Amino acid sequence: MSATLDKIDHDNYNDDYVRGILRKTRVIAMVGASPNWNRPSYFAMKYLQQKGYRVIPVNPKEAGNEILGEKVYASLSDIPVKVDMVDCFRASAAIPPITDEAIKIGAKVLWLQLGVRNDDAAAKAEAAGLQVVMNRCPKIEFGRLSREIGWMGVNTRVINSKRQSRI
Amino acid sequence: MASERKPAARAAENTSPFGFDTLQVHAGTAPDPATGARTTPIYQTTAFVFEDADQAASLFNLQTFGNIYTRLTNPTTAVFEQKIAALENARAATAVASGHAAQLVAFHMLMNPGDHIVASRKLYGGSITQLGVSFKRFDWHTTFVDPDDIDGFAAAVTPKTKAIFVESLANPGGVISDIEALADVAHKAGIPLIVDNTMATPYLCRPIEWGADIVLHSATKFLGGHGNSMGGVIVDSGLFDWGQNDKFPHLSQPSPAYHGLTFWETFGDMAFAVACRTISLRDLGPAISPFNAFMILTGMETLSLRMRKHCDNAQTVAEFLARHPKVEWVSYAGLKSDRYHALAQKYLPRGAGSVFTFGLKGGYESGTKFVESLQVFSHLANIGDTRSLVIHPASTTHRQLSPEQRAAAGAGDNVIRLSIGIEDVADLIKDLEKALAAA
Repeated sequence: MSATLDKIDHDNYNDDYVRGILRKTRVIAMVGASPNWNRPSYFAMKYLQQKGYRVIPVNPKEAGNEILGEKVYASLSDIPVKVDMVDCFRASAAIPPITDEAIKIGAKVLWLQLGVRNDDAAAKAEAAGLQVVMNRCPKIEFGRLSREIGWMGVNTRVINSKRQSRI
Repeated sequence: MASERKPAARAAENTSPFGFDTLQVHAGTAPDPATGARTTPIYQTTAFVFEDADQAASLFNLQTFGNIYTRLTNPTTAVFEQKIAALENARAATAVASGHAAQLVAFHMLMNPGDHIVASRKLYGGSITQLGVSFKRFDWHTTFVDPDDIDGFAAAVTPKTKAIFVESLANPGGVISDIEALADVAHKAGIPLIVDNTMATPYLCRPIEWGADIVLHSATKFLGGHGNSMGGVIVDSGLFDWGQNDKFPHLSQPSPAYHGLTFWETFGDMAFAVACRTISLRDLGPAISPFNAFMILTGMETLSLRMRKHCDNAQTVAEFLARHPKVEWVSYAGLKSDRYHALAQKYLPRGAGSVFTFGLKGGYESGTKFVESLQVFSHLANIGDTRSLVIHPASTTHRQLSPEQRAAAGAGDNVIRLSIGIEDVADLIKDLEKALAAA
């Protein structure tokens, strides 16, 4: 199968589009990361770390503290290393200024979590050359494409008779 | 403003680009990553070694995907779960030990003491007893209503009602539920529609595509299909919004069973399936054996082939019986004269299943004589086997009731239930002809 990177549209993403993003990403800035173990952002950060991503938390209330061994920054602009993806655990209305900052720091991907969608911000990011994913979770998508999530009885929609289980 | 539009509860359409026959063979069954085994290995183990203490903690907190203990998850069972989720066009599934366990686990996730269910009066008898008698001891109450009276379902809903429960195709009465209309009633009340799809299987009917939120199966029947393994499964469409009201605190509020984790917020459109597994199945305990899951998932690889033959044979047998002078009536929705024929054409266009009842001219004695005279049909209390099965409810399952009670339950003295198998239909008809002559 040819690896087309067309996303289709923001209601339906092509598996290859999401796979392409998760394969090339190394450093994720997680906006809205929480230090509480039972918050969804903490779940996602811990899982993505286990899969080899560096996840840098962004949360002004926690700036200077550590979450899961990583220093927390107050804003995307404060992060001293290059960021590939900006992953947002914020309300849809809070997305436009984060998008502007993501463009400014040269991120390649803007990812909005489950329940988060802002089509205007997405259009702006795409015009600036970023790839955009909305209303998805990178942990769930990684688990689905690697088929690990199938252990929980979840329909991965992936059919593959190859032996390898890389995403 | 367009940019503020609220995303759908569902993160992704499950509609697969693959056809049903491809999914029944391939869904969930990738080659074993450790050995390359092409057939799903039977992971006959109770427990799984942790990678390290940190991974163990992550697993117990549900922060990572992996196996801990076969009461919760098992890689063989997971293949069965993924297969049925794919075939039902659903988000996720949780397998359990039997169809009855599926009902117990699903309702446990929805109900509190004092809560209420509205269910069809024509459910399988064992389910009537489970809901009407055993569930009462949990202070869960059920109002049973006429399945043909849609307004009756709406009228029976109270502020305590947590679900509407029907069978897509009822065992054994041949009732077909108007799923689309019932989904509307349930959703107006802010509660899910639960549909048992055991008799139809996803090959004949996919209730989620008509608005059902949760689908249950006794996998013991047509899914496994060979009468060799008990199993059940809860299938979650992923479409129900558990946060739309305060009726489902186990999903929408922080869970005391997981130190304040909120399932709906954390797991989104798979919250119900995950909670069924990690709360109800974990704490009630009716886990399926990995061996049974293997037998069932192997059976499922031929589901469409078997269902076509089951339905073709049943149609031919029903038409034969309808013409026979010793037969008073046949209740099979595949017959044009049947009262459910129109609903069958809407919901079961590929066939009306293979389990139905008919009435013999004559009484109790004729019924027992008929059953005893059959040679190819097996006299036993099950359905959905490759073999053709027969039972005379009056002399077996409903024996303890008075003749009046039996008649009211649809198990009158002259009623015979058949589950038509996939043998040569000419041999089945020969067998029935001989037994009818003796009856």
